[in-house]
Amino acid sequence: MSANGGGFHAARWNEALINELSEEGARGIVPPAVDAEIAAAVGDVAAALPEGARREAPPDLPEVTQHRVLRHFLRLSQMCMGFDVTTDMMGTCTMKYSPKAHEHMARGAKLADLHPLQDVGSLQGLLELMYRFNRIMCEISGMDEFTFQPASGAQGIYTNACLIRAYHESRGDLGKRDEIITTAASHPADAATPSVAGFKVITLMPGEMGFAGVDALKAAISERTAGLMLTNPEDTGQYNPNIRQFVDLVHEAGGLCAYDQANGNPLLGVVRAGDTGFDMCQFNLHKTFSAPHGSLGMGCAAVGVKDFLRKFLPRPIVAEDGSGGYRLDYDPGQGIDRIRAFIGNVHAVLKAYSWVMSLGAEGLRAVAETAVLNNNYMLAKMRTVRGVTIPWPANNYPKLEQVRYSFEQMFAETGVTSHDVIDRMVDFGVQHCMPSHVPMLVTEPFTMEPGESLTVAEMDQMLAAIEAISDEAYSDAAKAQGGPYNAATTRIDGDVPEDPDCWAFTYRGYLRKKAMWTSENRRKIERHEGGY
Amino acid sequence: MTDENGFIHPYVPNAAPAPRRRLLGEIGVEKVSDLYVSVPEELQVKGLLNLPDALPAEHDLRRHVDEMLSRNLSCRDHLNFCGAGCWQHYVPAICDEITGRGEFLTAYGGGTYSDHGKNQAIFEFQSLIGELVGMEVVGTPAYDIGAAVNSAVTMACRITERRGVLLSGGVSASLRSQVRGFTKMVADVDLIGIDPATGLIDLDDLKAKLTGDIGAVYFENPAFLGLIDGRGAEIAALVHAAGALLVVGVDPLSLGVLAAPGDYGADIVCGEIQPLGIHMYGGGGCAGFIASRDEERFVAEFPMILMSIAPGAEEGDIGFAWSTMQRTSYDKRHDSEDYAGTTQWLWGIGAAVYLSLMGPRGMEELGRGILQRARYAAGRIDGLEGAGVPHLDGAFFKEFTVDFSASGKSVGDINAALLARGIFGGKDLSADFPLLGQSALYCVTEMHGKSDIDRLVDTLAEVLS
Repeated sequence: MSANGGGFHAARWNEALINELSEEGARGIVPPAVDAEIAAAVGDVAAALPEGARREAPPDLPEVTQHRVLRHFLRLSQMCMGFDVTTDMMGTCTMKYSPKAHEHMARGAKLADLHPLQDVGSLQGLLELMYRFNRIMCEISGMDEFTFQPASGAQGIYTNACLIRAYHESRGDLGKRDEIITTAASHPADAATPSVAGFKVITLMPGEMGFAGVDALKAAISERTAGLMLTNPEDTGQYNPNIRQFVDLVHEAGGLCAYDQANGNPLLGVVRAGDTGFDMCQFNLHKTFSAPHGSLGMGCAAVGVKDFLRKFLPRPIVAEDGSGGYRLDYDPGQGIDRIRAFIGNVHAVLKAYSWVMSLGAEGLRAVAETAVLNNNYMLAKMRTVRGVTIPWPANNYPKLEQVRYSFEQMFAETGVTSHDVIDRMVDFGVQHCMPSHVPMLVTEPFTMEPGESLTVAEMDQMLAAIEAISDEAYSDAAKAQGGPYNAATTRIDGDVPEDPDCWAFTYRGYLRKKAMWTSENRRKIERHEGGY
Repeated sequence: MTDENGFIHPYVPNAAPAPRRRLLGEIGVEKVSDLYVSVPEELQVKGLLNLPDALPAEHDLRRHVDEMLSRNLSCRDHLNFCGAGCWQHYVPAICDEITGRGEFLTAYGGGTYSDHGKNQAIFEFQSLIGELVGMEVVGTPAYDIGAAVNSAVTMACRITERRGVLLSGGVSASLRSQVRGFTKMVADVDLIGIDPATGLIDLDDLKAKLTGDIGAVYFENPAFLGLIDGRGAEIAALVHAAGALLVVGVDPLSLGVLAAPGDYGADIVCGEIQPLGIHMYGGGGCAGFIASRDEERFVAEFPMILMSIAPGAEEGDIGFAWSTMQRTSYDKRHDSEDYAGTTQWLWGIGAAVYLSLMGPRGMEELGRGILQRARYAAGRIDGLEGAGVPHLDGAFFKEFTVDFSASGKSVGDINAALLARGIFGGKDLSADFPLLGQSALYCVTEMHGKSDIDRLVDTLAEVLS
């Protein structure tokens, strides 16, 4: 059966590449013509371009009539499982409903057609909204000031790393303090971005409870410690109850603490980064605060700091102008360099603000609690699915917003892997789940985060799909390994994207290299099994 | 809210009393707080946060937000001549139609089978950008051109195993800041001087600074201040002779009429895709790209997800997959030299739609028209008392500098006077480029008809007098 009652099959349009739809002379749209008087006054400016700068032949773009372009991309959209059309419980992603009203407001001319460098007097509505949301985020997090400049979670975490660097640099300590501590089950960006910012990164491995212990932290701390950067709950859905002690130990050693709130959905109105002792934090407005994920962005990170770090935030900052309006404070002061052009993905800020205003304080707490409730319901049911185990059995705490499951037992008993399950899920009309970020702490991992938006019936449909795949694994393993069958395309040759002789990232690359796909001289590819 | 009375809201169905009770029962706990036992009591918020009163009715919320937004003046109700990295171009209806599709708008990390259509659209984005810039490898969208340049110049440093980066002295202050911050620990950045006579990079200064330490040279064509450099091949030869790599930044919208950097010797091309069918969104429309030749040593250094096409199981089928993820920070974690993550893919899809609609003729006509409009506007403004266009004899695309120093007025005052007359003037360059005096960067696009340009000129004449 399918998650939607049976017989699901994805749209499979076998839609050609746009380049292949080209018909000579076809036009999709016509740009505005130049006034004859302008043309007469200036002549053919293109012909007068310096020879080395002039394009000799038009770019080889497709020529496609308008409705065919529309059809092409609508067909592609139909072969894509956004949250608007189906259940998505992809772990670490906090998939939730993105209210349409917010989208409609963001698309109006009063936001979509604003230039970021307009006189601040002409941006007062936007600046007020950003200022108000700044205050809201301070209340939610216990921080004192926010910036919305970073365009994604990773960029927000990177901003935290830059703030830690700026703080130690301002004290003349940067050469002495060059180590950041994180945990293995925090998002990879918590290890990667401090490395990019020039730090050495120490990764704490989980103990038998599934999170790092205080002793492991103590062993990692030294006079070289610049800071702590982690998620809590980690990507396993487990909250580290020693977090306050972690923060205190790092502070005692002279380091700063950055709270990556990528997994902050279960903590809204329940736990505040500031109260936990953190000096800074970042939230994903596109995950936790309902701004749509946009097929992998447009995201927005809200980065918050305690008062003593305010001077290091990247400019500009929205501030009151002293006469009832708002201004953009560009004074660089000790602010870190720009993270992103202009003032951030303000359309995501509008949607996040609207979401909080729709819910209020009680609603935010309801979001957090319901995300935890839904997750523990899924956990209770998943425990009964044959072949599924829950890692770190010593940890008997309820999980918070997500669970990292394991199909280790199913693999041992049937040969069906978590990747097989993930591929097969699509046949049931639901978005697949993610296995795990690297490092693979769990064998045959499978990470699920239901969020607060889904109904019980939708959760049960997801469970029915998992149960059906489990039953199949134990009765017809080959079938369970061969999916998907009813997806938008058939199983691909997964070696091609890994093989330098075969991979192709553009149409022109594809035309040049596709003959290699069927060549007998293909190299042997070591398959990469990471999960994202 | 209590476990008994729950919370009723359209976005949180299971907070209502009945499902809440049911789920608690299925889990086997009495109350929701039992699920938070891993969180120490002393860290938990007591009571509710102090937030503004909720507006759960959609109508009330829209009224509240729309009232605030109504205090913005937009470029739809004002005549806008400001660009400087975020430009007002016509956005075809179909671009909005597609980027507004819920399937794309609310998709995220789905894969080869669940998000086939998203993947194909992104592969087509890569393909169409590749045609414009003359490269076979294009990555999935970057955050913006600044982030793309950060990645590109550090890629070049890793490939050449050198630390030196030379940036054109003509790049924006914003981009300069982005690069300074990103490269702080791994590269030494210096600026290439600008020849005041031409506004283009000074090749003698470039030669002098192209030592054996330089791994990357970056210039923009057209430059931030709009000028077009015809010496791309000459610059590439100089850079390559010194063992460095050439990174060129472009406005892809110009590439219907301007040469593809890949064809004049660029090793890596960066650009800003916002002009390709994406609204400005107060700067939120910005997104970038990186492109290179298809060589393993380049591909290995790309930080972002690369979407590869691959054959499906049945004859003629195609699919798409994220290629060589071991390159990225998802796998490298603490060994990362750059980072990947969510970026701006929706705008990449929008750009793919835009280029599909425009086609070769559209891009060429658009480019030719912008060249003509900008030249007409620059010529007329140059004729005003108190205003001058310093490089009127050079080639420029879409943007040009206007020097108001002779008027005795500041750009700030001029822009305020223009705004009072319904016009957004050009970006004030006086702080970022002090050598240019009271100059502003004016932007003219296909949105501007002759009457719009004439209105600007007439208004400037009035303001300057």
